[in-house]
Amino acid sequence: MSEQEARPVAEIVDALYRAESRQVLATLIRLLGDFEAAEEALHDAFAAAVEQWGRDGVPANPRAWLVSTGRFKAIDGMRRRARFDASLTEFAKQLETAATEPEEPDEESVEDDRLRLIFTCCHPALSPDAQVAMTLREVCGLTTEEIARAFLAAPPAIAQRIVRAKAKIRDARIPYVVPSEADLPARLDAVLRVIYLVFNEGYSSSSGDSLLRHDLSGEAIRLGRLLIRLLPEPEAMGLLALMLLHDSRRAARTSPTGDLILLENQNRRLWNREQIAEGTTLVERALSTGRIGPYGIQAAIAAVHAGAPDPAATDWVQIVALYDVLMRADPSPVVELNRAVAVAMRDDPSAGLALIDAILERGDLTNYHLTHAARADLCRRLGRTADARVSYELALKLSRQEPERRFLRRRLDELSESGKRD
Amino acid sequence: MKFMLLVHHNEETFGRFSEAVKQEMLRESIQLTHQLHAKGQYVSASPLQPAGTAAVVRVRDGKASVTDGPFIETREQVAGYFLIEAKDLEEAVSVASRVPGARIGTVEVRPVREVAGLPE
Repeated sequence: MSEQEARPVAEIVDALYRAESRQVLATLIRLLGDFEAAEEALHDAFAAAVEQWGRDGVPANPRAWLVSTGRFKAIDGMRRRARFDASLTEFAKQLETAATEPEEPDEESVEDDRLRLIFTCCHPALSPDAQVAMTLREVCGLTTEEIARAFLAAPPAIAQRIVRAKAKIRDARIPYVVPSEADLPARLDAVLRVIYLVFNEGYSSSSGDSLLRHDLSGEAIRLGRLLIRLLPEPEAMGLLALMLLHDSRRAARTSPTGDLILLENQNRRLWNREQIAEGTTLVERALSTGRIGPYGIQAAIAAVHAGAPDPAATDWVQIVALYDVLMRADPSPVVELNRAVAVAMRDDPSAGLALIDAILERGDLTNYHLTHAARADLCRRLGRTADARVSYELALKLSRQEPERRFLRRRLDELSESGKRD
Repeated sequence: MKFMLLVHHNEETFGRFSEAVKQEMLRESIQLTHQLHAKGQYVSASPLQPAGTAAVVRVRDGKASVTDGPFIETREQVAGYFLIEAKDLEEAVSVASRVPGARIGTVEVRPVREVAGLPE
């Protein structure tokens, strides 16, 4: 085998690893019944591919070849270890019997395996942190180091989280299955929550530098696409739409110096039209099923914003109506706060202010910086400078995100400026 | 494999329920054991006397000490248990969700470790 022939094979294997290793892994976990064994088998299979394909050529169905090679490598390994542990002999035999199933797995069973992997990684018996780490590691194929960097954590901590999660899956007998129809809504919620968490971690980085973390939003969108291909549920479509519509504003929402730019001040020409079109189409598809949920409704609100050529053209009547629907589907003080801001835009600032004050008087959201920031903004528009200052200062005290803090300080400075002029 | 379902609840809250409600929950629990038995999932089950009846035993340096207990700082106490046979966590969880105690407290689902050398 010459150097020239070897290189393309290595490249083919590389490309296959990037495109297919997660599918192969998902199937190997089902066949071997164990995450660790499947990962080892996956690596053995790809190593064997580099060696054999250079010599014998690339097989017609590389993925099927990788699955069956991985499986046989695992059985071999078990045989070797069986000399020390008799129980493995029986297990190796069982696996071999199972190996007589059709060589070429059909598309449907491959997709089922991917869904099994997603639902297992997002199993509610795992801690939310573990669900996120497992999903990024096993479903997306990120390395432990990449996950650690994205979450500003130490790689050993992430590695340990993953090891513990795998041990729990094994010891608690968390099954490798797609949930039954009765359990599906609750289990799908857990999957969507993980995906949205990953997205938000990348989109609104809860702390520190945001630059490194954009990848997480992209990863979440890829996961969302995979999920609706495998399981076209309305809420999965709604979530993907919501992520696309938020992400479409990425370039417009911060200034070159990293300062936050509010929706009304954004340069709408910077919005990503392709993402808006895709997101809007998905919202319409989700709506047409008549089974829309909180993600879909939020996406519909984002789509109304995205459809306005300039802030003044925003259809606030429609947005308030959608918040009313959201309050019925998924009531929470945060939704109420957003609705209050929309009412302020539809009617006038004092109408919104009354709603926000009612929330605060109930004792809700008193420690949430955005409540005070929204209140401050409405007071400012009503010319109640002193009230605005108190609320901006409260918001500043509660906010931890640097760009947001800079924005609030700027607003406070502006109040002082206008105070001097008065 | 076997799973232990540990039913925890707040005794104080439970104590405030009427006798009729308590009896109804017990009846429902007993009915559940029969349903499990019919499907070969039942191993054993029982409610426990209140935590105030507990004795806590520790052996330190070869000396046993007995104190009352158990853990005043925990608000929820073990109220009873179901030991069941289930194929995986999913099946165990679906049994746990039928335990009446799950509606007023929590049911902790723990896989039982298989160890050799126990009497049959």
